[in-house]
Amino acid sequence: MITYGRRLRGLSLVTIATISLAYALAFFYAPEDVDQGFIQKIFYLHVPLAIVSLCGFIFGGLLAIGYLRTGDRRWDIRSYVAIHMALIFGIGALITGSIWAKASWGHWWVWNEPTLVSFLIVVLLFATYQPMRFSIEDPERQARYASVFAIVAGAFVPLNFIAVRLANQYVHPRVLTLEGGNLPASMALTFYIALLGITLLYVTLWTYEMAAKNARMQVRATRRKLLGEDAMAPLRRSAAPS
Amino acid sequence: MSALIAVAVPLHTAVKYVAGAYVVFLAIVLIYVAIMAKRLRRTERDLVDLRRELDEQRADDREVGRAA
Repeated sequence: MITYGRRLRGLSLVTIATISLAYALAFFYAPEDVDQGFIQKIFYLHVPLAIVSLCGFIFGGLLAIGYLRTGDRRWDIRSYVAIHMALIFGIGALITGSIWAKASWGHWWVWNEPTLVSFLIVVLLFATYQPMRFSIEDPERQARYASVFAIVAGAFVPLNFIAVRLANQYVHPRVLTLEGGNLPASMALTFYIALLGITLLYVTLWTYEMAAKNARMQVRATRRKLLGEDAMAPLRRSAAPS
Repeated sequence: MSALIAVAVPLHTAVKYVAGAYVVFLAIVLIYVAIMAKRLRRTERDLVDLRRELDEQRADDREVGRAA
């Protein structure tokens, strides 16, 4: 039997320590940006949220491959939770990015900025994942269609990212480049620790939700085993795997 | 495309925006944890129900055994 809760305590403590360290460094160690000033501190939150969110969507697609290969429902649940978490992080990235844009550009949203719009497209694409699941009643079909969606949409994420990077005109500030970025060492160190902290937060919350879903499924399986199928209340229609 | 230039804002204004962004992040995490806690309570309730139903079933089985 798989148990997700066992590693949760240690993982939570490491996550809290890393995030605390990252934001302590962001405010007390990393220097203020010469051009942007104090407002640049938002980047230590916004950029890791955006990166982890995009990686989470790809991770969801990879887990969905596991379902299509094996037919094991556990892969579908893992993929569902990965996409669900990535969507929450994506919304966080959009809101924190908007706050930065308002302070720095004077607008909450700029429609002719390719990075912003492409990120919004990815988030909106994955926002249709849950309604799509909800619209399919049969659990087997729901899992299969959702896996195909997760793989195709997951493959779209890096393509979308590369297309925006190749675009000639962009004004979105770049934190990471293939040449290593243009951050001074103290800022780069803080940024990478913040990225690690947000990644750990994603992994912790993913494990937390998997533990909760696993516990619920174990309760249902135990009820079925001990009291028979008649004792089972009919499942409510749900987007979540059951 | 008109170029957008990121400008430095005065510290007292920047602090409000930075605090706002971090508060939003904290709020998202807390709302998520609260929703998960609610679901956990539901699972606990289901476990209590399961235990009660099992006890009732055992009591019924004993009654049947005695009657036989």
